[in-house]
Amino acid sequence: MSGGSAFDSALDAVTRVRGVRGAMLVARPDGLVVAEQLMEGVKGGAVAALAASVTVRLQRAMGTAGLGSCQFWHLQCDQGSLLAVPVGDAMLVVAVTEPEVNVGLVRLELLRVAESAG
Amino acid sequence: MPDDIRILSTELARDPQSLVFLRLGELLRQKRQFEAATRVAVHGLERHPHLADGHDLYARILADRHDYERAFDEWDMTLRIAPQHTGALKGLAFLYFKIGDLAQAEAHLQSAARIAPDDGSIAQAFAVIRGGEQPAAGAPAERFEPEPASVPADAEPLPVESPEDIVPPVPDERIFAGLEGAEEGLLLLDAAGLVLGGALKTREGADVTDRVAAYLAGVSQEAGRTARLLELGGWRGLSAEGQGGHVYVAQPTAASLLLMLRDRSVPLGRLGLLAQRAAQAARAWLERQR
Repeated sequence: MSGGSAFDSALDAVTRVRGVRGAMLVARPDGLVVAEQLMEGVKGGAVAALAASVTVRLQRAMGTAGLGSCQFWHLQCDQGSLLAVPVGDAMLVVAVTEPEVNVGLVRLELLRVAESAG
Repeated sequence: MPDDIRILSTELARDPQSLVFLRLGELLRQKRQFEAATRVAVHGLERHPHLADGHDLYARILADRHDYERAFDEWDMTLRIAPQHTGALKGLAFLYFKIGDLAQAEAHLQSAARIAPDDGSIAQAFAVIRGGEQPAAGAPAERFEPEPASVPADAEPLPVESPEDIVPPVPDERIFAGLEGAEEGLLLLDAAGLVLGGALKTREGADVTDRVAAYLAGVSQEAGRTARLLELGGWRGLSAEGQGGHVYVAQPTAASLLLMLRDRSVPLGRLGLLAQRAAQAARAWLERQR
């Protein structure tokens, strides 16, 4: 795991949840990493870019459908998940998890980070 | 025109490096022979990956096939290679117009007008945007694009898709019969984002089916890329929480996408279960269509 920024302690709370492989704070809409706490092997930069892109598209789709702005999203895969919480229009908090994880708990921690970063 | 196609095909077979693929691909596109046009464009781009006109040609073909997501990418690539490419600017303007982003559509047309002030098709496109007229369902990009100079003057007129040619989406009840909320907030799309069944309306009653479908086709691609990149296996579902409701996207088959929308009274977890049931129904329906 890497560290050093003021955001790292906030991300610590997310990565402490059992089954979380890493967490990131990502700038939107450019998809660049602001801070990260990732296990080795997780491709932070690329994941950040894609997560930002998914968020933008979801925001547009949901806005068009009259659902308002996106507050949380969860990509479920066979061997894990990606969860994200937008922080206004400027940032995004992202977590990469194992398949067996308490999604509700991760969501809560991501919302807390978003609150402190917002 | 068939003679032209034959002559150009022969020329291209003799010299696969030839730029004649641009004219051949365009003629095939105009003949609505999209499979052949795609092959010509893709092979041409394999040999000339940095040719802006090649990407523009491919984008036109994709737009005609209603694959707007990839058409956007190709026109975007065209502009990265040649920022002054008016065809790509008009193409992107059309795509923005199609999803209702009039400000972006107008901005792209203004850029095109600065580069080619005498291009009459730009003024026409402005009129379409400002008049709020909807582009035709078939061969839409022509509304914003001039015919290329390389096309013979006596070329056959472009076939315009008539309303009878447009296949309406299948009524919801045939796909989602018996499912909770089958009559609302369910959408089945093919891989290119075309609506196979269902419809979406806002609370005010505005039909937003096509616009949401266009955005979601992109979401699906990005979800797949993200899952591959993280080595998470296949993606099973994407759920999102909005201020006014929840959404769940599932993949009934590799070539289809299902979207379910509900208000916030339906918890996200329950929405996932409902969507997976709907995906199962959609899968069975798609199987029966084969």
